[in-house]
Amino acid sequence: MAELCGVIGIGQTKYAASRKDVSMAGLLREAAERALADAECTWKDIDAVVIGKAPDMFEGVMMPELFLAEAIGGAYKPMLRVHTAGSVGGSTGIVAASLVQSGVHDRVLTVAFEKQSESNATWALSIALPFSVATVAGAGGYFAPLIRGYIRRSGAPEDTGIRVAVKDRQNALKNPYAHLQIEDISFDKVASSPMLWDPVRYLETCPSSDGACAMVMAREKIAERSPRKVAWVHATEMRSEPTFFSGRDQVMPRAILDNAKSLYKKARITNPRKELDCAEIYVPFSWFEPMWMEGMLIAERNEGWKMTYEGATALTGDFPVNMSGGVLSSNPIGASGLIRFAESALQVRGMAGAHQVDGAKKALGHAYGGGSQYFSTWIVSSEKP
Amino acid sequence: MRDVAVVGFSQSPSMRREPNRNEVEILVPVITELKKNAGIANDQVDFVCSGSSDYLAGQAFAFVSSLDAVGAWPPVSESHVEMDGAWALYEAWVKMQMGYADIALVYGFGKPSMGDLPLTMALQLDPYTMMPLWPDAVSLAALQARVLLDGGHVTEREMAERAVRDRKHAKSNPFAQLKGDFEVEKLLAAPHLASPLRKHDCAPISDGASAILLAAGDKAKQLCKRPAWITGIAHILEPMELGVRDLTRSRSTEMAAQKAGVWRDKVDAAELSAPFTHQEILVERALGLSSKTHVNPSGGALAGNPMMAVGLSRIGEAAGQVWRGTADRAVAHATSGPCLQQNLVCVLEGK
Repeated sequence: MAELCGVIGIGQTKYAASRKDVSMAGLLREAAERALADAECTWKDIDAVVIGKAPDMFEGVMMPELFLAEAIGGAYKPMLRVHTAGSVGGSTGIVAASLVQSGVHDRVLTVAFEKQSESNATWALSIALPFSVATVAGAGGYFAPLIRGYIRRSGAPEDTGIRVAVKDRQNALKNPYAHLQIEDISFDKVASSPMLWDPVRYLETCPSSDGACAMVMAREKIAERSPRKVAWVHATEMRSEPTFFSGRDQVMPRAILDNAKSLYKKARITNPRKELDCAEIYVPFSWFEPMWMEGMLIAERNEGWKMTYEGATALTGDFPVNMSGGVLSSNPIGASGLIRFAESALQVRGMAGAHQVDGAKKALGHAYGGGSQYFSTWIVSSEKP
Repeated sequence: MRDVAVVGFSQSPSMRREPNRNEVEILVPVITELKKNAGIANDQVDFVCSGSSDYLAGQAFAFVSSLDAVGAWPPVSESHVEMDGAWALYEAWVKMQMGYADIALVYGFGKPSMGDLPLTMALQLDPYTMMPLWPDAVSLAALQARVLLDGGHVTEREMAERAVRDRKHAKSNPFAQLKGDFEVEKLLAAPHLASPLRKHDCAPISDGASAILLAAGDKAKQLCKRPAWITGIAHILEPMELGVRDLTRSRSTEMAAQKAGVWRDKVDAAELSAPFTHQEILVERALGLSSKTHVNPSGGALAGNPMMAVGLSRIGEAAGQVWRGTADRAVAHATSGPCLQQNLVCVLEGK
């Protein structure tokens, strides 16, 4: 039978374009030690380690967790390395939770990271392969047509994306770990920033960041005795579908809709907009906020933009989204999903500081990856399920 | 713990170079055959998990297209580890323990022939202190073999005997790459590849894929006449730096064997994925195998070594021993990292 799993410790590094002050080992260690300190436990208390990161070519090291064994406290312990494209951070958190929920381990440390400054992500994503046509589009070029598809379907006002970007960047000013902190952020500043991939402007895009995020998860009896508030895992879910086939809806993929339905069923949620207090959603380009509000069945189809437009997703709105500043403000790719999961846990623990949503009890963490084809999600709460 | 068994196994032939097919094309018949043999469709599979490496494919997100081989439509609950498929099986087993899944599909695949494998493996090392020296995988294994020979822990003859034994066993394995009757004396007369290792001491470089079907409880009994029940599975990681490890034993294999309960009863058969002859000896010792154990009935990794699938294949081959009744209790082993850095041990029983 499934055990209850609680998040008892969270640690994040300062996210930055280049963390030249630390090696990869140092970066992971910074996040992991903060998570251990939060949980008030030591390396010895950890039974197993789960590591997540995006493609190894982003640092130029094949399976870097092997050389990082000691830095992550994995020596002479079980260690798993997860990689599920952009959703990897979320998947990593889910694997760590399942090690507790299965009753296999008492206390698990999970760390996800990316140190993009070690290599070159654009190179890593642009390798010419035999017998295949290179997209040569980058992530922005890949997703822009999907966004245009969304605008056409929904009739969303063209400045919706700008409003998301302004909101997330304002939130980032309240998060000391955020990479991009643009003090004079404004509608005009975003609107006048260069158009990169129509309709995505420079300031509607995520940065490339170095950073790591860590969590300590524990089974019920241990979590209950934990010194600080616990974020209880109510449900986790994952869905994947192939990248290309004729008839695939890439704008609103079935995988996210299936994922949302299954997740809410497990968490016994019938009205997510009402029952959830806030969400951390994977939004690497501004327009994905309204798109995934619909994908996660929080907004009606073609009406996600209204939530942005009406201010519902603002920190002071009735359904705050990306209170931390989101992926738009910090994007250590492999960690970005785990940061969404960790930030949702921080909210229900009441430990999110200046970007705390008052009285948040139940929150959603979401990550996606590949060609909008990998989804991993969880729901955490201040109360046990 | 919930009863979970290996109920299906399928693999491609291990080939030095698969000339015509890419990874997905290698996988398609393997996964199709697995599902066909078990008589199940995708909608009966609750969880899918795979293992592979981007660096073998020379491409970021190389595993994504493998979803085409699964036929992941409608969307599936799915995960991937950047590890041998044996660890993907472990993740699936955990999901089954928590009651998330009753039937799981696991696969691993690799096509190392597209690059220079020993040199590619050098990219696994510490990028600040080791990798700039480009120590290739064979040379690192040779350092370990030297420690073992100089310390009197093994002899070159014992090493050659492993190659002879595995290749002989592989004669009855249609999927093996290196097979036949060889003589120890003749092997020992060959020149060194990386002293003290000779060519026969090294596993071949193989392209290939394999897939396993796991099922829990009654579903396992419905899908298989004599399921190979997983009565223990554990894995342990060691530090990478060779200088801080005792290279004359495989401590992580010993720890995993203890946790998996290898020593609770006799072991009829063992499938090992040690890629070098001296490492096979170390793993045999770490598992505490006696002369009564039939070691590597398939030929093991030394007869066929499809990267990222070879460990998973050992679990499949060990399960085959149980299904066929040639073993009541079998042990499978998988490894990763330089000089047996990380090891997984799985105990399978017919009950």
